[in-house]
Amino acid sequence: MKIKLKRNTTLTILASIGILLFSIWADQNLDAYIVRLIHMWGIYAIMVVSFNLIYGFTGQFSMAHAGLAAIGAYVVALFTLSPEIKATTFFITAPVWPINVVEWPLLPSLILGGLLTAVIGFCIGAPALRLHGDYLLIVTFGFSEIIRLLLVNLPMICNGAMGLKGIPQYSNLTWTLSAVIVTVFVVKRLVDSSYGRALKCIREDDIAAEAVGVNLFRHKILAFTISAFFVGIAGGLLAEILGTIDPSTFKPYLTYAVVTMAVLGGVRSLTGGVIAAGVYTVMSEWLRGVEAPRTIFNIDFPGIPGLRMLAFAIMLLLLILFARNGIMGNREFSWSWIFGKQNAREDKEEGNNELA
Amino acid sequence: MDISLFLQFLVNGVALGSLYALLAIGFTIIFGVVGLINIAHGDFFMMAAFLAMWGVMQYNIPWYISFALAAVITVLAGLLVEKIAYRPLRKMKTSSFIGAISISFLLQNLFVVLFTARSKPFPHPALLDEVLYIGEIVLPVVNIVIVIFSAILFLALTLIVTKTNTGRAMRAVSKDIEASQLMGVNPNKIISFAFILSTSFAAAGAFLYCSKFPYVDPFTGMMPGIKAFIGAVVGGIGSIPGAMVGGFTLGLAEIMLVAFLPTLTSYRDIFAYLVLILFLLFRPGGIFNVKVREEKV
Repeated sequence: MKIKLKRNTTLTILASIGILLFSIWADQNLDAYIVRLIHMWGIYAIMVVSFNLIYGFTGQFSMAHAGLAAIGAYVVALFTLSPEIKATTFFITAPVWPINVVEWPLLPSLILGGLLTAVIGFCIGAPALRLHGDYLLIVTFGFSEIIRLLLVNLPMICNGAMGLKGIPQYSNLTWTLSAVIVTVFVVKRLVDSSYGRALKCIREDDIAAEAVGVNLFRHKILAFTISAFFVGIAGGLLAEILGTIDPSTFKPYLTYAVVTMAVLGGVRSLTGGVIAAGVYTVMSEWLRGVEAPRTIFNIDFPGIPGLRMLAFAIMLLLLILFARNGIMGNREFSWSWIFGKQNAREDKEEGNNELA
Repeated sequence: MDISLFLQFLVNGVALGSLYALLAIGFTIIFGVVGLINIAHGDFFMMAAFLAMWGVMQYNIPWYISFALAAVITVLAGLLVEKIAYRPLRKMKTSSFIGAISISFLLQNLFVVLFTARSKPFPHPALLDEVLYIGEIVLPVVNIVIVIFSAILFLALTLIVTKTNTGRAMRAVSKDIEASQLMGVNPNKIISFAFILSTSFAAAGAFLYCSKFPYVDPFTGMMPGIKAFIGAVVGGIGSIPGAMVGGFTLGLAEIMLVAFLPTLTSYRDIFAYLVLILFLLFRPGGIFNVKVREEKV
């Protein structure tokens, strides 16, 4: 047992180092377009993994992802932009202190973005998580929209509907992929810990969980706050990659995209979430090509705008009707699986496969 | 503020409130009978408006025939969606909501693909553009038509729900689906009927709404849909009188906020969401304190 654990730990560390080395190599040698795709994959993967933590493992359907990502994105954008650029961008209302003077490097702004998102996530979760099911998702949706509308209505802090542009691109692939590794590692450890068992217990039956002594509120808010932290990080990285953000970047469509990816991968599987984020990114780019007008054999085919989103909508509907377990169901990638030793404990643990 | 201006705002508020109430009824009927928040309701609203517009603009059909056709197609689409998407998911709470999201997503983008996202003028009878002057009050005809039409529809709905057997069966299903089955009610038929009612109200609301705000694009349904949902929650979701009162209150409050605190106009959507959140947290039963269907949550 002890040897096996050591082997797995070693392999995990080696794989992480491998991924980071790949990211350094890819940044210099791969096409900028491919690098951008990998960035988007990573950012979506963080969002989906954090969604799976709150929905797949805790059973609390939250629709606050878009609003929370907006906070992370705006914090990172506002803190990394130089005061001169901000002075020209905010030409209608001057920015307030401290936004008009700060200029931070990426790492502290990213962490601040994550922490602030976690704090706001806590403030949203504290009242909302007392509710169940439909009520919870409507309240979180409402909070997400309030955040977006506040961004529009507070020009002195975030430049209103015009958004921010010229965000310095300090980020490279190593940043994004390290963030993915940290997220997956933390969420995986959390899910496998005693807290994780309590969370799964709440998902299956919250009354029974309470009866055996699980503090419902504490566990739900823990999962929600950690999830919010990572969404904030993902939002910050998104701002770095896009270079330009405005409130309409964070419309409910972002949340729908995260839900689509989560269902595609299987909401109870972190591996599934990461795979689905990749599938979604590639599909999205491929369908973008279909949307554009093109000429084949001298015949002009007009582009069809909206086709991409329509395809995702149909995919989500088919998934939820016929394949609720997604690609991975509740299976996870593990080294034992690679080496042909089925980990019996994990299979036994999750009896009920059906997504409720 | 002088009295005539106040009356002016009051008339506007009553008209907007009636529109929200018409839409809120659609939400509340579906929630009452199936226990589903049909987030795609606003998109059925958009669908009706779009098809009506398309009939008149593209094929030069007289507006009344075009409106009727659009309403029929919307109702059929509602039935189809219920049958293929909502029925298989009925027992599964969150999955049925994700199903509703995907339908909303699908309808919006289907219309973007078919008709592009550009917003188009909504054709309506010229009579509705007229304005009446009563003393100092300016009274657009469209507001009067909205109020009269909504009143007729509310009356008709109340009669259907209280006086007909189908209406009684509908109320029975919303109280207890199993017990009503034992009494010989076929819940599938009743749920289909609920969808017919809900989509017809969406269509009626769409025609009136778009006569007042005469532009349609594939995303027209989102904001009125959300406002109507908030109205339904304020009144007590699941209750038909609740939806009328709630939708009405919300429309009136929105206009009054703009009237009395014009500086806060851009915050009105935020206020609407705050009302929603506060009601769900502190009084989930709404004004009428409707009993929450715990067993389904």
